[in-house]
Amino acid sequence: MKAAEAIIKSLINENVDTVFGYPGGHILEVYEALRKSNIRHVLVRQEQAAAHSASGYARVSGKVGVCIATSGPGATNLITGIATAYMDSIPLVVITGQVNSSKIGRDMFQEADITGATESFTKNSYLVKNENDLPRIIKEAFYIASTGRPGPVLIDIPSDIQAAKIEKTDIPETVDIRGYKPTTKGHVGQVKRAVKAISESKRPLIIAGGGVLLSHAEGELLTFVEKTGIPLVHTLMGKGSLPSLNRHYIGMIGNHGFSEANRAVAKADLLIIIGTRVADRAWGGIPEKTTEDVRIIHIDVDPAEIGKNVGTQIPMVGDAKTILTQMIDRIDTTDRTDTDEWLTQLKSFEGTVKCRKTGFVNPRYAMETLSKKLNDEAIIVADVGQNQIWAARYFEDRIGRSFLTSGGLGTMGYSLPAAAGAKIAAPERQVIAVVGDGGFQMSLHELGTISYYNLEIIILLFNNSRLGMVRELQDRFYGKANAVELDKNPDFIKLCNAFRIEGVRITTDSQLEDAFEKAIKHKGPFLLECVVDPDESTLI
Amino acid sequence: MNRHVLSVLVENQSGVLSRVSGLFSRRGYNIDSLSVGETEDPKVSRMTIVVSGDDYILEQIKKQLNKLIDVIKIVELDAEKSVFRELAMIKVNTTMETRASIIEIVSIFRANIVDVSNETLTVEMTGDESKIEAFINLMNNYGIAEVVRTGLTAIERGNKHIKNQIKGEEE
Repeated sequence: MKAAEAIIKSLINENVDTVFGYPGGHILEVYEALRKSNIRHVLVRQEQAAAHSASGYARVSGKVGVCIATSGPGATNLITGIATAYMDSIPLVVITGQVNSSKIGRDMFQEADITGATESFTKNSYLVKNENDLPRIIKEAFYIASTGRPGPVLIDIPSDIQAAKIEKTDIPETVDIRGYKPTTKGHVGQVKRAVKAISESKRPLIIAGGGVLLSHAEGELLTFVEKTGIPLVHTLMGKGSLPSLNRHYIGMIGNHGFSEANRAVAKADLLIIIGTRVADRAWGGIPEKTTEDVRIIHIDVDPAEIGKNVGTQIPMVGDAKTILTQMIDRIDTTDRTDTDEWLTQLKSFEGTVKCRKTGFVNPRYAMETLSKKLNDEAIIVADVGQNQIWAARYFEDRIGRSFLTSGGLGTMGYSLPAAAGAKIAAPERQVIAVVGDGGFQMSLHELGTISYYNLEIIILLFNNSRLGMVRELQDRFYGKANAVELDKNPDFIKLCNAFRIEGVRITTDSQLEDAFEKAIKHKGPFLLECVVDPDESTLI
Repeated sequence: MNRHVLSVLVENQSGVLSRVSGLFSRRGYNIDSLSVGETEDPKVSRMTIVVSGDDYILEQIKKQLNKLIDVIKIVELDAEKSVFRELAMIKVNTTMETRASIIEIVSIFRANIVDVSNETLTVEMTGDESKIEAFINLMNNYGIAEVVRTGLTAIERGNKHIKNQIKGEEE
């Protein structure tokens, strides 16, 4: 068979039923093979959206997301999407076309060195030189993308290779890469030390990150928390790891987190860090802390993250789900430290959040209202900026709910295409894309995709006619804002109508209830534009 | 800032050198020298990388290198337990009067003369860094036209070999 057909055969073998892409001259063979198959192809409106949609799809389905683009500009447009997935550790397999292999390096039409360009944000990449390698390469790519610390893998396939005939089409049964052997199980000695440290501590605290969600360890985390009574804070990417109403839940840490959560980290004598690299945004809000005052347990599947940002006494390399299970098995409830006093102390830190009464919609109140109206399986996909922070701070997490955002790279325009991918992965779940007027305009072309496939998504647009977060930072540091005015925004309702999407604009809090009712009941995509005060801030 | 010698086994695939050097440059680590060649297994190449850095940087370098799929094993070589060697070719300016004394120095260093011309003499020498530096210093008196060096390569002494050792750190 032709190599392109073998590629499709391999994808089917990997349980792929949906791909996101945008065809072009140097990927025609793959698209022809795709046409003959049962794999659903979702046509986006720009390749960056293909990567974001595959990312949203991967996060909701738990499968590896697949996106396809042609050579040259098609591939380079994917770069931001690939980097976004890399920073948040999302499993993606990216397939790009490439010019004829004998012509590579001669600056052909639509030629670009995509493997070189994406070197720093892929787990691995392949420039296919021999068509017979394809079944093995695809098998390896899926394995690498989905194991250890997940991440994007790129396969660049020249057009002549796509068209070539393959002799052996057998897909290898197993993958054996001697340079890649991720650790899943925690070292028994370290688990013992960790459990001992927990029993000796007086003010223990769990910091949960995105790794808990990637490992699908929410259940084990809940059991662990209930068994030990240890309070929990989380990073932005760790939102959803524990339900917000759980009595051990304190809140989100970081620059835009809640002060009680940051204070908890500052006061703890034992930090149990699970599945987060505690990067600058999460650690930034915490007062200066020395490692003599506090013991740190760091659990992560990527050994390079341990010791990178924070010094650790008890490192544990392995999968969060597996290690939590190991610890749960070892913990004797009679050894349990009495954490009630510590928990009470933490709850007493809770600051009061004043809700400003202005003549606009209050985004905090909007998120709280929405939280109550949505069901327990709802998915919120936040963009980047103030809208992201309001969504993260005020959307209530429950078992079954999901919160998706670009936390690591902070890519504006993530929300619309990722929401599309999420909805395609889980058509029966409520999907809400939260976005600002800046981020909306970065990927509004995806209204075309959303409309074409009639994806029932609620687009919650916080329109403050500003690049809000930048404005807030400029005001804080310089006292004056610059180059952030979007006062001549288009009429977003009319814009959506042009894409055959209905919408409604509200300007006061009193209109929220009815607007949400309407949006939730509406069959098909719906824009809910909330006019927000340009001076509204994320931190009081 | 300490100097460390890392011996890295990698898959002999195109792009590996680019990935390794790319990793160093984008994370801001300093490579003092890098030499690479095939091993007894043609599918595997071995890189000898000399890096400068404190313990934190060294640990991060090893861990980040380990993340690369093409990196099979990393071993840090201790100067006392390993043999360090480098190849250098030095083109020295000569005159009728100086040629004899240059040749004398070359034989003292047990180096080889690989090329002669009217005005120059090219010396080939292998040795550890200090031996090569010493020779170059002496030759500076006569005037050096050109020097080309391979950078360090190294192998452990004794029975142990790189394939026996465990990849990377054990946490």
